[in-house]
Amino acid sequence: MKRIQTLETRNLCESAKNGGCGECQTSCQSACKTSCGIANQQCEKKEDK
Amino acid sequence: MLHQYKTAGMNIVLDTCSGSVHVVDEAAYDVIGLYQQHTEEEIIRILMDRYPEGIADPQSPTGRSALTEEDIRECLDDVRTLEKEGKLFTPDTYEQSAHVFKERSGSVIKALCLHVAHTCNLNCSYCFASQGKYHGERSVMSYEVGKQALDFLVGHSGSRHNLEVDFFGGEPLMNWDVVKRLVLYARSIEKEHHKNFRFTLTTNGLLIDDDVIDFCNREMSNVVLSLDGRKEIHDRYRVDYAGNGSWEKVVPKFQEFVRRRGDKSYYMRGTFTHANPDFVKDIRCMLDLGFTELSMEPVVTAPDDPEALTAEDLAIVKQQYEELADLMRQRRREGRPFTFYHYMIDLSGGPCIYKRISGCGSGTEYMAVTPWGDLYPCHQFVGEESFRLGDIWNGITNLPRQEEFRSCNVYSRPECADCWAKLWCSGGCAANAFHASGTIRGIYEPGCELFRKRIECAIALEAEKQLS
Repeated sequence: MKRIQTLETRNLCESAKNGGCGECQTSCQSACKTSCGIANQQCEKKEDK
Repeated sequence: MLHQYKTAGMNIVLDTCSGSVHVVDEAAYDVIGLYQQHTEEEIIRILMDRYPEGIADPQSPTGRSALTEEDIRECLDDVRTLEKEGKLFTPDTYEQSAHVFKERSGSVIKALCLHVAHTCNLNCSYCFASQGKYHGERSVMSYEVGKQALDFLVGHSGSRHNLEVDFFGGEPLMNWDVVKRLVLYARSIEKEHHKNFRFTLTTNGLLIDDDVIDFCNREMSNVVLSLDGRKEIHDRYRVDYAGNGSWEKVVPKFQEFVRRRGDKSYYMRGTFTHANPDFVKDIRCMLDLGFTELSMEPVVTAPDDPEALTAEDLAIVKQQYEELADLMRQRRREGRPFTFYHYMIDLSGGPCIYKRISGCGSGTEYMAVTPWGDLYPCHQFVGEESFRLGDIWNGITNLPRQEEFRSCNVYSRPECADCWAKLWCSGGCAANAFHASGTIRGIYEPGCELFRKRIECAIALEAEKQLS
């Protein structure tokens, strides 16, 4: 597309079908401890994304 | 639901519900903004009137390029294609499944914050844990209590393989022998239970020695080292009981710790307050000290505390987030990149929709354990007696309170309904929401404001990386 560049992102709708294994890190266990953001958590189920 | 914003010379469009991110030119930015409210002919007329001299084009020698009716029709076709592909204007269909993840998880617990020391060798006035005491008596966790907590975790972890244990306080190194013994105990049982323990430790650094460094670098998947940046900022709050600053003592210890850590994960974690909303100066200080994995958090305190960030501070902090992004660009270009915790984002390998809806897991899969074995939804609720969920011997006994957490997700917070960032923050921190609004289903608006700014910057940085 001439005017639109679409980044490579995880398709959230698709992840509804194969996500939810619960193995990923709990947010506050890393470096924040006083706020919540799950955006920087890595998915542990790499083979099925 | 869309969010459009301009930063660092880019026009960015986020499609909330698909997670899609588009970097577009000026014409497409406007077309997308007008698309749902106007007809094709109206959009063409509006853009032709708006850009008689053409649109911004950094590739053109004049800085602009002509925009024709045909260009706009072509752009509209592209927008329609993206809509059909589910990458623009994606409807929000997740609400019905908002409960699924936590219900599916049942009573699984996979992460504990072990409060091994409700005491501290520093006396920081801004400490959310009231100098490590959590508004209670000073206490340290015994090995027996810690061991029972680990058994409780394993026993309640179901089929989860990865279990997380954070040694927290107060100052956990004030109970270092117990920390070591608990790690060794966990290692001794993980194989038979098919588990993988991931340990983290958060420390103010005063008691770091060779033994701590060697043990942590062998056993802890992450260490969080508390440093507020500039000496005068750090020593303003991070003082001992005689009022002496700790910067001179901890910095050489942190440097040695990190030097010997190799490529294992760590974070220098600072807090900024009303005293330093210009926290990028503290980031620069940490970089000058040789640290590259950084986190700076806004102080969490009552609005009338002198440390609290004011509305004026928030405006400064938002500018600082932009400045920080620029600093990261500059260092990236120079081949000296660094990490800022809140700008780490993996657009293609990030969390699934279930995680995005359900959030941090406090009160369900994540809990805090006090030195005497009580369970709380997370470390920030410790000391709030009504939030006590049970203990590590009898399990969860305060079922209504746990149900409150189990049923809490981004769709149960009314104020999140129209927020474009809701699937990036999952509704935010339950403790902050409770302290600000009286309910975990509320929000902490200043935190939301800063979060949205951080995500904008983080996505822009990632976009630049992908497009380069």
